[in-house]
Amino acid sequence: MFKFLLKRLALTVPTFVALMFITFVMIRMVPGDPIEVRRGERGISPERLEMLRHEMGLDQPVWKQFLDYVWGILHGDFGTSIISKSPVLHEFLTLFPATIELTFFAMLIAVFVGVPAGVFAAARRGGIFDQTLMGIALTGYSMPIFWWGLLLVLFMSNTLHLTPVSGRVDLIKFYYPQVTGFAIIDSLLSGKPGALADVLRHLILPSIVLGTVPMAVIARMTRSSMLEVLEEDYVRTARAKGLSAWRVVGLHALRNALIPVVVSIGLQVGTLLAGAVLTENIFSWPGVGHWLTQSIARRDYPALQGGILLIATIVIIVNVLVDLTYAAINPRIRYGK
Amino acid sequence: MKSLKIMGAALLLSTMMTGMAQAKSLVYCSEGSPENFTPAMNTTGTSLDAARPVFNQLVQFVPGTTQVEPGLAEKYEVSADGLTLTFHLRKGVKFHSGVNGFTPTRDFNADDVLFSFNRQWKADHPFHKVSGGAFDYFNDMGMPDLLASIEAPDPLTVVMKLKAPNAPILANLAMDFATIQSAEYADFLMKKGTPEQFDQIPVGTGPFSFVEYQKDAVIRFKANPDYWGGKQKVDDLVFAITPDATARYGKMQAGECQIMVAPNPADLDAMSKDGNINLMQQAGLNIGYMAMNAQKPPFDKVEVRKAIAMAIDRDAILKEVYQGAGQKAKNPIPPTMWSYDKDAKDIPYDPAKAAEMLKAAGITSLDTDLWWMPVQRPYNPNAKRMAEMMQADLEKVGIHAKLVSYEWGEYRKRAQAGEHQMALLGWTGDNGDPDNFLAVLLGCKDGKPNANNIPKWCDTKFQDDVNKAVTLTDPAERTKLYVDAQRIVDDQVPWLNVAHSTVFEPVSKKVVGYKVSPLGSHVFTNVDVTE
Repeated sequence: MFKFLLKRLALTVPTFVALMFITFVMIRMVPGDPIEVRRGERGISPERLEMLRHEMGLDQPVWKQFLDYVWGILHGDFGTSIISKSPVLHEFLTLFPATIELTFFAMLIAVFVGVPAGVFAAARRGGIFDQTLMGIALTGYSMPIFWWGLLLVLFMSNTLHLTPVSGRVDLIKFYYPQVTGFAIIDSLLSGKPGALADVLRHLILPSIVLGTVPMAVIARMTRSSMLEVLEEDYVRTARAKGLSAWRVVGLHALRNALIPVVVSIGLQVGTLLAGAVLTENIFSWPGVGHWLTQSIARRDYPALQGGILLIATIVIIVNVLVDLTYAAINPRIRYGK
Repeated sequence: MKSLKIMGAALLLSTMMTGMAQAKSLVYCSEGSPENFTPAMNTTGTSLDAARPVFNQLVQFVPGTTQVEPGLAEKYEVSADGLTLTFHLRKGVKFHSGVNGFTPTRDFNADDVLFSFNRQWKADHPFHKVSGGAFDYFNDMGMPDLLASIEAPDPLTVVMKLKAPNAPILANLAMDFATIQSAEYADFLMKKGTPEQFDQIPVGTGPFSFVEYQKDAVIRFKANPDYWGGKQKVDDLVFAITPDATARYGKMQAGECQIMVAPNPADLDAMSKDGNINLMQQAGLNIGYMAMNAQKPPFDKVEVRKAIAMAIDRDAILKEVYQGAGQKAKNPIPPTMWSYDKDAKDIPYDPAKAAEMLKAAGITSLDTDLWWMPVQRPYNPNAKRMAEMMQADLEKVGIHAKLVSYEWGEYRKRAQAGEHQMALLGWTGDNGDPDNFLAVLLGCKDGKPNANNIPKWCDTKFQDDVNKAVTLTDPAERTKLYVDAQRIVDDQVPWLNVAHSTVFEPVSKKVVGYKVSPLGSHVFTNVDVTE
């Protein structure tokens, strides 16, 4: 197992190098540098532009800038944001708890709705429930997140007034210091009655929007996995033994069917982090997705490079963990078979 | 004993009542996070708005106008030759206490003024390089070339000497970049070894003191009890950072904020019908134009430029692109600005005459380009649509315009270099002075157009008028020269004046005393919220 882990980790090294290189080069291929973008129609004299570029190190050859960047990363320095002048790692760590909280709840919704929906559809294969559920899953999978988010806000918040429009907490009713960055924990720590409930209310819509695509994927995956397992001999034996249909499906079949589903759930982390970029913008959610969007618009190279690399690192770590989990439950993988 | 008991009960009751009284909050839905809290380092409205509640300048704009009034300087004098400005500072003005562990030991004085300007001006100032040191507005407004010296003969007097007389200087000093910060706070942080906090955790003399900033989420301020202009009627000022315009409107409807920035044009109609919203509006201090490159034939001929201007139906553009939220421009400066030439004759829409004039100029068919900006700007909500409409109009008079666009930074750079033949662009004023439009956008130096002169047009008489006007202090004399300069522009048509857009601000009907600034800034001083 240890050898497998080492092998798996070694494979991530080229991925990191490629990532660093691609993000670094691609951002610089976008026309307009940070200083010019900031200037807008006001313009800037060539002398002043040169001076500011020099101060930011943008006048250095790109290969040197890249080597400096890699050197910095090897020393744990992700650079300083051109816009806010704060260390990129500090900005990321400040905003990341909001993204974790959102993705966690989105995942909860995706799993707790997706898995039962998949099981139910498989148990009623070909029936009206199966077709309806899979139709909904397909719609959820193909629906643009932005449109879905706005639609939910218009209906749930503006028309029915059931949920807040955006943000993480009611800014007037609940003012508490940011201790951990996780609104749920901070609201609990504040000891203010109603704060936690308000935070949860704010989480409902963004989590549904972000969780929709993974929910659809998990539902479809669970259904197909269940269908496969339901054909197995041991299931037939269980049925022959006279066990109730729901005991066969819910206990005997589901356990085995969930193995590939667990793996696919892990792989959805990447989808969730990508989806967070849009969801955070719709709901004014102060996480890294929104921060990255702003950084693109402002050509904040260090923030973009650092942010993308850090997110990619998390996705890679999760993938490695998924591989390890899968290897743990399926020894055939471990030996490269 | 009985009276003591009654007094005790009354005291207890009043304490309970005070505790029960709800703090009054004003929530402003802003569009983004500030870059930092030092206005001198920022150029975006988002960042300047976020720092404004904390600070003051020597002089300030009267809310809702571009008129200058005393601020931290209770009075000021300008010498007869226009070269010396003397500011008499307000006595007893307190800096905010308790922010970031700082307790001021003295009142505001001339040291703070010197610190604030020298930081931007002198490269060897200990805080010049802190947080990057890009003082764009100070440079853009020509302050390094203009200032000869700033001195403090006594703690409550500041004398500013100029190299040449400059009438707009007072308006410049009312701008955010001329904010006065605390020299003592800077020393405090330097000794603490955290000078960069100076720009992140602001200490000022303004109506609100800084409480907290959570990136991309919220900025909190509380009323400054010692404010020299009197304590504010609201206890807390909250900026709810809400980047999406639809979400901002949703929050307004839900009562989660009382004032919002930049409404979506598509929502304006619904907002105007909303019983809880007061859709405030103000003619924007801006101009959207279509420049014709006077250095490239056939646009070097005034008849051709006039004919093109005549061929374009601006009424249709106003309706379709601005959706009625703007007014047709006939001068290069907006009508809300002093010295506006209200008697100017607008160029009529007359395609038949335009075709005739082009024919007379020897043009029956012309292939050219028309550039459109890839971004939405306050003076032009949809440049692409505008360009398409202009293209269709020009086609009718035999001009085949190819539509061109670039990434925004690249667009501006190429347009400033004069690579275009026709280009859409515009401007939003900084200080309400006509010089900030005419000299910046159409000025030339030694016969060569300035970078921001997109039509690349130079006129000696126009330049003389503008150069002279900036040195005079008498507004009547200046007005005469600016009217003359506008007439030259109207006659020479270096660009087609398209429109001045209207700025809309949805404000809850519970808000009292809020004024829309023609400068596009958001000022919350003396604003109240009723229950």
